Amino acid sequence: MSDLWLPALLLLDSTIRLAAPLILAALAGLFCERAGIVNIALEGKLLGGAFAAAAAAQLTGSAWIGLIAAMAFGWGLAMVHGFATITHRGDQVVSGMALNILVAGLGPVLANAWFQQAGRIPVTAEAARFPSLTLPFAEAARSVPVVGQIYAELLSGHNLLVYLAFLAVPLTFWVIWKTRFGLRLRAVGENPAAVDTAGISVPWMRYRALMVSGALCGIGGAYLSIAQNAGYLRDMSAGKGFLALAALIFGKWRPVPTLLACLLFAFTDALQIRLQGLPVPGIGEIPTQFVQAIPYVVTVVLLAGFVGRAVAPKAIGVPYVKDR
Amino acid sequence: MAMGGRSPLPAWADYGLLPLLNLVVAFLIAGLVVLALGENPLEASGYLVRGAFGSPELLSWTLFYATNFVFTGLAVAIAFHAGLFNIGAEGQAYIGGLGLTLVCLYLGDLPFFVILPLATIAAAAFGAAWGFIPGWLQARRGSHIVITTIMFNFIAASIMTYLLVYVLIRPGSSSPETVTFAENAWMPQLWQLGAAIGLDLPRAPLNLSFFWALVCTLLFSLFLSRTRAGFELRVVGRNDQAAIYAGISPARWQMIAMALSGALASFIALNEVMGSHHRLLLNFTGGYGFVGIAVALMGRNHPIGILLAALLFGALYQGGSELAFDMPAINKDMVVVVQGLVILFAGALEHFFRPSLEALFRRRRAVPA
Repeated sequence: MSDLWLPALLLLDSTIRLAAPLILAALAGLFCERAGIVNIALEGKLLGGAFAAAAAAQLTGSAWIGLIAAMAFGWGLAMVHGFATITHRGDQVVSGMALNILVAGLGPVLANAWFQQAGRIPVTAEAARFPSLTLPFAEAARSVPVVGQIYAELLSGHNLLVYLAFLAVPLTFWVIWKTRFGLRLRAVGENPAAVDTAGISVPWMRYRALMVSGALCGIGGAYLSIAQNAGYLRDMSAGKGFLALAALIFGKWRPVPTLLACLLFAFTDALQIRLQGLPVPGIGEIPTQFVQAIPYVVTVVLLAGFVGRAVAPKAIGVPYVKDR
Repeated sequence: MAMGGRSPLPAWADYGLLPLLNLVVAFLIAGLVVLALGENPLEASGYLVRGAFGSPELLSWTLFYATNFVFTGLAVAIAFHAGLFNIGAEGQAYIGGLGLTLVCLYLGDLPFFVILPLATIAAAAFGAAWGFIPGWLQARRGSHIVITTIMFNFIAASIMTYLLVYVLIRPGSSSPETVTFAENAWMPQLWQLGAAIGLDLPRAPLNLSFFWALVCTLLFSLFLSRTRAGFELRVVGRNDQAAIYAGISPARWQMIAMALSGALASFIALNEVMGSHHRLLLNFTGGYGFVGIAVALMGRNHPIGILLAALLFGALYQGGSELAFDMPAINKDMVVVVQGLVILFAGALEHFFRPSLEALFRRRRAVPA
């Protein structure tokens, strides 16, 4: 029993670490898709956030300035998305893809010119990264079986941004379902004409949704480069923005089911890392390449069948034209 | 998608002036990025243009890259015409390369004129299959094509890495690549053909695939504008409700469009694998599939537009690598930045100039009438 218990606990522990950026990106997606803006630029905003955080943290030596820079960069990208899709009613998917590609190129170009490390930005100083936090009494609790171990291994010892990501879920739930802002935001995504009739500006609501979304993605990006890893690498978001988007669809645009979907994806990722080079009973060792593809295959399978009808916000992807 | 309805603009403005304006803005912003890198944008453009067109050899390289972009541009465009956004051209080309390689490796003893059609068909079949699956998932299961094609890119990369590391690797090699194909399975390069008839052409990997790209463009054009099938495909893309009323099945044409798209993307392998490297390499697709998005949007999904846009990106790739050599502060990823900017301005911000341009033309037309 106990020789299975601890590895399982460690697997869940790494699930939580890997889920954090997915959760932040998925919630970012939730805000803007609930407001009727398709956001496949989550990937680019995560990557852009990772770049900005690493660059700012390395230059100033402060993790907090890195975080603020990441949020600002994510916000800026979201505003470009808004300018193209809200102000100029451009295609939201095309705009999102443009931002993804733009950021994928801009990061290595600027990193190469500013840090001369072949497109990488190492973050060297200890203070420029977010440390792990040990919750009170975690060491003392370790000796208590089960409950204490869960507390010490699973709940304690994470990064500040991980706790922030999990806190963001109830917060998002509250904002989207319990506040006037949330009601209006959902209404803009379902029936913008009605919101307009009530004298509320549809574009301004959508811009605000994008602002929240950009900042959340920025935090997710900062987590990648100055918390989980020590620096920025080319394409380090590795499809996480797209996985987050799939989790959002799988979670039917609701915060708690989306959280569960993110945990599922993170679990397959954690399993994938754990399985590398490890023989599976009855099958033998699975080649790394196949193991690495598990999260992507799971995403396709989930999108293909087990979602049921995913009912998107009604006005999603449709630019709002006032005088029609 | 990026196809609008009836426009008051004359065709030359719609297909010429508007893309040009979008391009100018994209380049101005790219110039600002170059400034931020501490280099002179004008000087950089000089290096770029000279690097792309400065000599017959450089021009040949430009056309070699452009060949890839014609294939991927057509691939993305045919999906656009059916109302689908295919960002999986990269993975489809990669898997297509597998089909081509299997033929070239295992049937390499056959004469070239037998291998060439077999390799072409194998590449197309593999690429089409890899495009068809997301198409089927979209049409029948409602899975978002953008997400599934992205996932299929990752899955294709995993499969190909596995095959190159464990199965197809040249025995004794430490880098993941196959053995060099037998010379029967090499696509003749233009300088070799030139030499046969006494022409002295520069030694560049530009090969017969270039002409195949032109043929594909012609077929693409004829299919969409002259055949019933092409018409049905476009109806589905314009208005799937109207298609249903007309007795056209949108699901069927979405799947066919994705298969055609995958087949077109796979022809990169003819140019890169059969025409240049003569062996299968890791990541031989090098992001060309994503460039196809920019090419299709820039070319407004029109065959001639795609040829011009492919030439532009061919020049950017070739000129860009010369530029990276001359100005170390600028690396090759600068081309990716330009690509993103072009997609942003030619695709997402296509309405940026259109209203003012339309107003201008409306006013001009109103005066003589």
